[in-house]
Amino acid sequence: MSVNQVSVFLENRPGTLNKMTEILANHNVNIRALSLADTNDFGIARLIVNDVYEATNVLKEENFVATFTPVLVYKISDETGSLNKLLQSFTEADVNIEYMYAFAGKKDAYMIFRVKDTKNAESVLIGKGLKSLTQEEIAEV
Amino acid sequence: MERYFQEEIECAPIEKIRAIQNEKLVKQVRHVWDNVPYYRQKMQEKNLTPDDIQSIDDLYKLPMLSKADLKAAYPYGLLACPLKDCVRIQSTSGTTGKRVVAFYTLKDIDIWEECCARAIVAAGGTNEDVCQVSYGYGLFTGGPGLNGGSHKVGCLTIPASSGNTERQIMFIMDLSATILCCTPSYAAYLGETMKEMGLTPEQIPLKAGIFGAEAWSEEMRRDIEKTLGIKAYDIYGLTEISGPGVSFECSEQHGMHINEDHFIAEIINPDTGEVLPEGTQGELVFTSLDKEAFPLLRYRTRDICTLTREKCSCGRTHIRMSKPKGRSDDMLIIRGVNVFPSQIETVLLNNGYAANYQIIVDRINNTDTFDINVEMTPDMFTDNVGEIQARKKVLEDGLKSMLGIKAKVTLVAPKTITRSEGKAVRVIDKRKI
Repeated sequence: MSVNQVSVFLENRPGTLNKMTEILANHNVNIRALSLADTNDFGIARLIVNDVYEATNVLKEENFVATFTPVLVYKISDETGSLNKLLQSFTEADVNIEYMYAFAGKKDAYMIFRVKDTKNAESVLIGKGLKSLTQEEIAEV
Repeated sequence: MERYFQEEIECAPIEKIRAIQNEKLVKQVRHVWDNVPYYRQKMQEKNLTPDDIQSIDDLYKLPMLSKADLKAAYPYGLLACPLKDCVRIQSTSGTTGKRVVAFYTLKDIDIWEECCARAIVAAGGTNEDVCQVSYGYGLFTGGPGLNGGSHKVGCLTIPASSGNTERQIMFIMDLSATILCCTPSYAAYLGETMKEMGLTPEQIPLKAGIFGAEAWSEEMRRDIEKTLGIKAYDIYGLTEISGPGVSFECSEQHGMHINEDHFIAEIINPDTGEVLPEGTQGELVFTSLDKEAFPLLRYRTRDICTLTREKCSCGRTHIRMSKPKGRSDDMLIIRGVNVFPSQIETVLLNNGYAANYQIIVDRINNTDTFDINVEMTPDMFTDNVGEIQARKKVLEDGLKSMLGIKAKVTLVAPKTITRSEGKAVRVIDKRKI
């Protein structure tokens, strides 16, 4: 199952990122993972949060553009070589990665992938014995 | 079926309109000569007396007035009747220089409101309609003009004025408003907001909109018509001449009928002042025909458009003016090129963006900088940086081919572009020349 990432448009000027985090904090949205893509004049924040609907709603109310993006999340053990092993499966399955980011838990690490054809990638990777996490599983981590 | 507020005059044969104009012009010139020393002096400088103006064929002889004259004669220099007969002023929302102050007697207001009533009826309005006036009320002519017009038609009038979008939408929905009068940018904004709230065009009770006081494009019209599920009509006017309702669109939506029993329109070459033949593009000049308090003879509007007397399917015989390409006040000269904000709007809408933008012009090291801030919309947003940049490049290329010069586009967050009195602040010119 793919997971909904919240993607947020950010103007490139001081305070915008902070305004976003303030809104999320005020509504008790917990950010589990975050990655920022930046250009000269705008940025995109990509967030894994505990409540995607609440997050997008409150951001929209405050005039942010925020949308869902499907991403695949895999759990790996927090030890040398496990990311390498995971990516080998991607290579063998010929899945191209648009971007990725990660966060480490207490004993495991979580890898978040954006691919072009999420459904197809998910099924070929299942064939390699890789099961992606569900929204519920992520929320419980 | 086409409806008229004053069919007899709106559909009068051209000879009859000419006769009315001839008679009224002679009187109006005499009225100005007798009561406005400022203009009398201008006539004397050209060796003219009222006797030289026998019909509209003599109109060209009269000296023209411009915004500079209004400034020079401010505040009472062009007033043509005693203060005891004046009952109201209206003023332009202009942000530069001195405000224009126009005066009205009761009769002036009556005629102005009749003109607005013609526009409402042309948009299908009857006394069964609920008409929400969301133009600003106050000094701005939009609110008071349409309010009066709506009364004359007999619509249930909601004097909502501008701002407080939530309340506007509440009134439209709860009272089942059928006609909306406001600026096109505010109509677009209301439409966006209602769409976000999940309201479909079928759920929105509005059937017609009367939008003016700003330049807007055909693309913007289609956009508004789609989101609100209405037919959108243009209305034109200026405070100096009375206010909205100087001309208005009919069901044909192809040019605005000028109320010729009250105003004479001419098109001139803005550089030489020469009167141009029908169908030629040039600056629009108005002569009021029956104003008591603030008559203006040959007032230059700075609006660039064309006139046509071609027969209109709606049955009205009054001359039509094209949508002004842009008020020359709105026109910017950037790196020597004429830029109209309406052109930018067209490109934005054609590329999937909303018409929410702001132009910022500055001069750095003797070169004009040309920046356009464009509001990001959910439709144009993706999580992919390259994709957003590619779309922005397409937009910049589109602007370059439309305008002939390159603009730097910056994407900004929604609803961050300043709006005042419901009018979007489209241009910030920081150049100090």
